[in-house]
Amino acid sequence: MSLRGELLAFVRGDRGADRVVPRSGQSARLTFATAAAMAFLAVFAMALSMASGRLADRWSSALAQSSTIRISAPPAEIEAQTWAVLAVLEQTPGIESARALSDEEQQALLAPWFGPDLPLDDLPVPQLVEITETADGYDADGLRQRLAAEAPGAVLDDHDRWRRPLAEAAGRLRILGWLAMVLILAATAGMVTLAAQSALSANEQVIRVLRLVGARDSYIARAFVRRFTIRALTGAALGMVVGLLAVAILPSARDTAAILTGLSFSGASWFWPLIIPPLAAATAFTATRIAAFRTLRGLQ
Amino acid sequence: MIEMQDAAYGYGAEPLLSDLSLHLPPGSFHFLTGPSGAGKTTFLKLCYAELLPTGGNISLFGHTAGGLSRDGIADIRQRIGVVHQDCKFLDHLSVSENIALPLSVTGKGGMAQDSNLNELVGWVGLTARAEALPPELSGGERQRAALARAIIMDPDLILADEPTGNVDWDMSLRLLNLLVELNKLGKTVVIATHDLALIRAAKQRVQARVLRIQGGQITAAGADL
Repeated sequence: MSLRGELLAFVRGDRGADRVVPRSGQSARLTFATAAAMAFLAVFAMALSMASGRLADRWSSALAQSSTIRISAPPAEIEAQTWAVLAVLEQTPGIESARALSDEEQQALLAPWFGPDLPLDDLPVPQLVEITETADGYDADGLRQRLAAEAPGAVLDDHDRWRRPLAEAAGRLRILGWLAMVLILAATAGMVTLAAQSALSANEQVIRVLRLVGARDSYIARAFVRRFTIRALTGAALGMVVGLLAVAILPSARDTAAILTGLSFSGASWFWPLIIPPLAAATAFTATRIAAFRTLRGLQ
Repeated sequence: MIEMQDAAYGYGAEPLLSDLSLHLPPGSFHFLTGPSGAGKTTFLKLCYAELLPTGGNISLFGHTAGGLSRDGIADIRQRIGVVHQDCKFLDHLSVSENIALPLSVTGKGGMAQDSNLNELVGWVGLTARAEALPPELSGGERQRAALARAIIMDPDLILADEPTGNVDWDMSLRLLNLLVELNKLGKTVVIATHDLALIRAAKQRVQARVLRIQGGQITAAGADL
């Protein structure tokens, strides 16, 4: 029978085929528990992947829309160069707004490292100019050239060197999340295969009787495949529900958007874990089918 | 139906059976006799392709046994009813479910078949035990249930391996009568046994051919049988 025919026969079910194999408690419990545990972990892997992706996207887009100009010059020239920079920026296409940070703002930026009582006047702290870009952005190389001419102490930081590693990290975190899902599925397949092989070995005599009375391999395999697939499906459904509840009761994301507090789903992504039980069932279907046919080939 | 040409089979280097050449025509009745370990069970297994010949050729219903696919073997077995001495039941299913097993595995179960099943269970005298589990049956009941399972698919060939090995003489005769009745309905019957009294009793009821396996060869038995 073709795989399509097998799937149709599987969906239709066969009460007779379901009954010919005795219920084996140990392998049933093992498959159910494995599927439940793996689905629970898969929910977390999925949540981690999505949360890290969201977080990195947020960082990346926030940095992508802004740039900074740092003006390092003798104290007497700082103000003049700042005005020159602002004048250049005003005439540069792609710049939505630009402003020089006040002393208080610069002090607040340095406070985490030097404390709140930093004597800013006594230190050669460079002046920072914050730029907000339009959606189209600006020509960074052209701006650098004009700044070099108008304000030699000005250095443009378009955040590219921060943004690129973040984008790479985001991609890697996403891949790691999905890799974890693949590993979980592979582990599920391995465990289901072992449980199926154990059940097939324990029922060798049953299989011999079925072959004796004219059963085809596809019929015998279906009796095992259907049982293990249903166990994996129900186990994974339970694990998914528990996993979703666990994710739901985690602390919600704060403004700091730390990775641990942001480990959750948002909006429609709450529906993504619904693919876990069918995936577990498909994995069990395939793993049991392969194990069953391999075992049956060894029996005449 | 079954034809062997110089067929041989061995479990190791030494052949257990060799130079088997015979023809089992439709509607014939055969006894297979010989000492324990002579190869009677092996011969029957060759007849339903549980074993494939290591030499020569065996044709099952026109198909070369060695060339059959696994599905092909399953299809051939649907035309053969096998009764083992140890019966080989599924102990978690009731007697009637075990008897109906060949119908279930071939998808032929249904209302009409249920009626045939009840009739068959009555024919072998197990109506009162139909819902019992196989371990609850006596030796004779098990053999009758095995016979019912063997014939529920209306097979062309019935192979019985020591079917009276675990039952008393009265039950042996009852089973023999059932097999003779089936033969009169046109079924080919092959019974492996070393119960000579059973063979003599059968020859009073049906024209039976007696084959003897000895020293790896199969020969027609003499007039003493």
